[in-house]
Amino acid sequence: MARTDPRKDVVIVGLGWTGSIMGMELCEEGLEVLALERGPDRDTVPDFQYPQVADELRYGIRFEFMQRPRNTTLTVRHTTDDVALPFRRWGSFLPGDGVGGAGIHWNGVHWRPLVEELRLRSYVEETFGADIIPEDMQLQDWGVTYEEMEPYFERFEQVAGISGQAGNLNGEIQEGGNPFEGPRANPFPLPPLPTTLSNEMFADAARSMGYHPFVRAGGNASKAYTNPYGMQLGPCNFCGFCERYGCLNYSKSSPQTCVLDALKRRPNFQYRTNAEVMRVELAEDGQTATGVTWFDEEAQEEVFQPADIVILAAYQLHNVHLMLLSGIGQPYDPATGEGVTGRNYSYQMMGGTSMHFEDINFNPFVGAGANGVAIDDFAISQIDFAAEGFIGGSYIGNGQTNGQPIRSMSLPSGSASWGAEWKRDIARWYGHSMGVSSHGSNMSYRDTYLDLDPTYTDRHGRPLLRMTFDWKPNEIAMTQFMRRQIEPIVEAMNPTHWSSAYKEEGARYDTTSYQTTHNVGGAVMGNDPATSAVNRYLQSWDVHNVFVMGAGAFPQNLQYNPTGMVGGLTYWSAEAIRRDYLQNPGPLV
Amino acid sequence: MRTFLRVLLALAIVAVIGLLLFIFIPPQTTEPHEDLAAGWQPEEGAGEYVMRLADCAACHTAEDGVQFAGGRPINSPLGVIYSANITPDDETGIGDYSLDEFRAALYDGVREDGAHLYPAMPYDNYRFLTEEDVRALYLYFTTEVEPVSNPVPEPELGFPFDQRWALRAWKWVGLPEAERDVGGPGRYDDEQLNRGAYIVEGPGHCSACHSPRTQTFTQAGFTAEDPEFLTGGEIDGWTAPGLRGPDSPPQTWSGEELARVLGTGRNAHASVVGEMALVVEDSLQYLTAEDMQAVVAYLRHIGTDGPAPEDDADVPDEAEQVRAVDELVENATAAMLSTADPDMPLGARLYLDNCSACHMVDGRGADEVFPELDGSFLVTAAEPTGLIHMILEGDELPSTEERPMRLRMPGFGWRLSDAEVAELASFVRNAWSNDAGSVTAGMVADLREEHEGDQAAVE
Repeated sequence: MARTDPRKDVVIVGLGWTGSIMGMELCEEGLEVLALERGPDRDTVPDFQYPQVADELRYGIRFEFMQRPRNTTLTVRHTTDDVALPFRRWGSFLPGDGVGGAGIHWNGVHWRPLVEELRLRSYVEETFGADIIPEDMQLQDWGVTYEEMEPYFERFEQVAGISGQAGNLNGEIQEGGNPFEGPRANPFPLPPLPTTLSNEMFADAARSMGYHPFVRAGGNASKAYTNPYGMQLGPCNFCGFCERYGCLNYSKSSPQTCVLDALKRRPNFQYRTNAEVMRVELAEDGQTATGVTWFDEEAQEEVFQPADIVILAAYQLHNVHLMLLSGIGQPYDPATGEGVTGRNYSYQMMGGTSMHFEDINFNPFVGAGANGVAIDDFAISQIDFAAEGFIGGSYIGNGQTNGQPIRSMSLPSGSASWGAEWKRDIARWYGHSMGVSSHGSNMSYRDTYLDLDPTYTDRHGRPLLRMTFDWKPNEIAMTQFMRRQIEPIVEAMNPTHWSSAYKEEGARYDTTSYQTTHNVGGAVMGNDPATSAVNRYLQSWDVHNVFVMGAGAFPQNLQYNPTGMVGGLTYWSAEAIRRDYLQNPGPLV
Repeated sequence: MRTFLRVLLALAIVAVIGLLLFIFIPPQTTEPHEDLAAGWQPEEGAGEYVMRLADCAACHTAEDGVQFAGGRPINSPLGVIYSANITPDDETGIGDYSLDEFRAALYDGVREDGAHLYPAMPYDNYRFLTEEDVRALYLYFTTEVEPVSNPVPEPELGFPFDQRWALRAWKWVGLPEAERDVGGPGRYDDEQLNRGAYIVEGPGHCSACHSPRTQTFTQAGFTAEDPEFLTGGEIDGWTAPGLRGPDSPPQTWSGEELARVLGTGRNAHASVVGEMALVVEDSLQYLTAEDMQAVVAYLRHIGTDGPAPEDDADVPDEAEQVRAVDELVENATAAMLSTADPDMPLGARLYLDNCSACHMVDGRGADEVFPELDGSFLVTAAEPTGLIHMILEGDELPSTEERPMRLRMPGFGWRLSDAEVAELASFVRNAWSNDAGSVTAGMVADLREEHEGDQAAVE
């Protein structure tokens, strides 16, 4: 027998970056806000405490801060002809768990999208003609422009305390920044991080070839910082435990360091942990949500939480899953191309070349998640798609993030992989390697999507989410193009050994090895209800009091790490709710 | 011989009668400092504000308990005392207190039933409260606070300290004259200083921790006219720094930095530790800007060597000059640590392994986040108990509206042996420009044991 809890104005599903920001912004309006987080509570100390958190086996290998697949997983397949099987051990991507979500364990790399990326279909059609777009590529504009988003990017950068060097201030190109970025109204709140030897070597080589290297921006504080909520960051000490870890030094931007203690002071804010939302409940006419039903682990019962506004702020995969389970938006059908929920799932195309230098020790343990020098000379806005035969782009760069003893033991290809010889080679080469990699866009296709699995169910009996995804020739062509740009830079650096790893023709998506946790799409934003699940304010087209945060809104993936866009969109949506929706609840478009 | 016995008997009788009188004659209570009209009403919010000034919430609220319902264990040198329920509950709180009885508790430490209150309640400072503030506070607690039924445990004190009547003798020695003019018209020819003096000496009861205690545990001074007033004390194992010496924070920091640490618990140099976190969280963060300025002006005025120099208007605020992570201050200790030489002394190695990530090799930390250790009063205090306590247990900053973050330093007691804590503490007490006595493993062991004892007593 389900229990019903007292009504709230707003219920937020998930308490990571987007949930905590929404909580903060909507509490400002005096609304009664409840956040439901399926995982445990987490705080800086004791959960990220030194030295316990610097434990690679526990957090890096055994994924202590990630979801447990036995509680929450999804199935995956390459094509619509395959039978999908459940992930039983994470590999390709790592969904976070608990308060703070993936905002705990990210590296902190921060980018804004390019001006062109937010109107990619229009840009391609205007510049190269619609006929270069492959038939199965569902290329879309986002429904918002960079210019509209600019103040919201800035707001997130201030809250997250991003360190970086502006490259374009109000149209004026700035020395030391990314000359290809969109114009910013103001500099970053913090100066860029210091660089490492590997960064400098890459920068010198890139510069010598006429490229434009810059220190990449990130949520690793270069100085002590206080954000607009009064929250604080300490300077990053380059301890080299960023990705997969909580920051032991208060230096990495996260909900814990940037929002949560301020939010917890609000008397109109409440949160519950170990509270997994089962589904969003809809009114009989399906036009509005009445609240959510969640599972109370302690009481072992379902609880109905009535609310006037429902914010889906869980991870991208789970937001889409909840929409499908709740009947929000028509489920996407790849056979007909109709339906929106689950449409345009996409991922990220990465490649890289590793180098070993006999005579150089890079001290790789001196690292930071966002550390790095990059070039954007091969960004989406800089490539002639018609000439090159693909649509997309990458940033290219070197980052020195860590020298951890299990996963960061790079050896030249051909080295022994076990035994005494392996030990000898590790002793010889540890600390002597660096890499140059490309981080690239991935378009969306008619048959890359998310839906409900017909076979497998979770512990509550709900169908699992099913992912259908594989690499496409467009992205293979893009990454091979990047290889052709990177290898000459690498050769110019004159390493003792080098070897490349870029996906080649016929490569299949490998779910077992880590690539990025940049899963996007499935609850795409846009101006056309036939091709998007949410409007430009992240409001469900069909159920107007449901707003869907996160990278699910990306119609195709950026060439960048997604957090800057996700943060900006959250403030953009929050303002639309505060300014318009609360006064006049109903469709904002 | 018989006469002598008679005299002896008479003396004994007199002594017994005297003792009985001492125990049973109701104590005299102090009159109001001024006559207020019976119908006098405070401005709206004034009572709550006096409650903030007097920091009633910090002691009278148990951890996770209802505000003002009491029951918070207070570790005194003599045993554990539980704070009273001061909600207007008739049975377990102060619901049936008259104004005079309320005033008697504040001024004289006398309970409604005539029993003496232990001086964990700082009536030795509250007796300076103005009648307006007493009235406002009385009305706040009797009409604005919700009654909560919460019986509070009796103190856990051994004989003879469990005999409340004996406190009468302590009060003869320990209580200042209530009539002493606290910051009132006349002490200073400056309204701001007089207001600051009133807050600090009266409701703020800063002296309860920041003044040394005499051998009879009375405060060694009650106003700035007393030479030992606010020259440093100790509370619950933490050093309460002196606030008047030439090296003290009010004398060496800008007024702005002093206000920042009082209002938010942190500034460019230091952060509050131990009980002071509660003072910031429950009291100081609520001070009006004018009152905070008054407190700062007063504290900077009463230096033992005279008032602190005026802030240099040409020097930009320290908050504007936050250094980058790779801008280190060069000094011998920083240079030695930076060599990362495996043969460096154990204390230095322990510092590198446990402390330098935040506090940096130059001991300068990071503004408002990681306190400075170079020149820190906690580090160099004559009694290193606070420093040892910090290394063993860590600590947490208070959350305020302006700086909501509960920054925490983790404890290292689980990781370091007594000898290692001693080496580390001795190292930081003599690193950079610090020059303080070393710490022995025995001191660490004693504190560790004491702390475990306290934990057991509270549990």
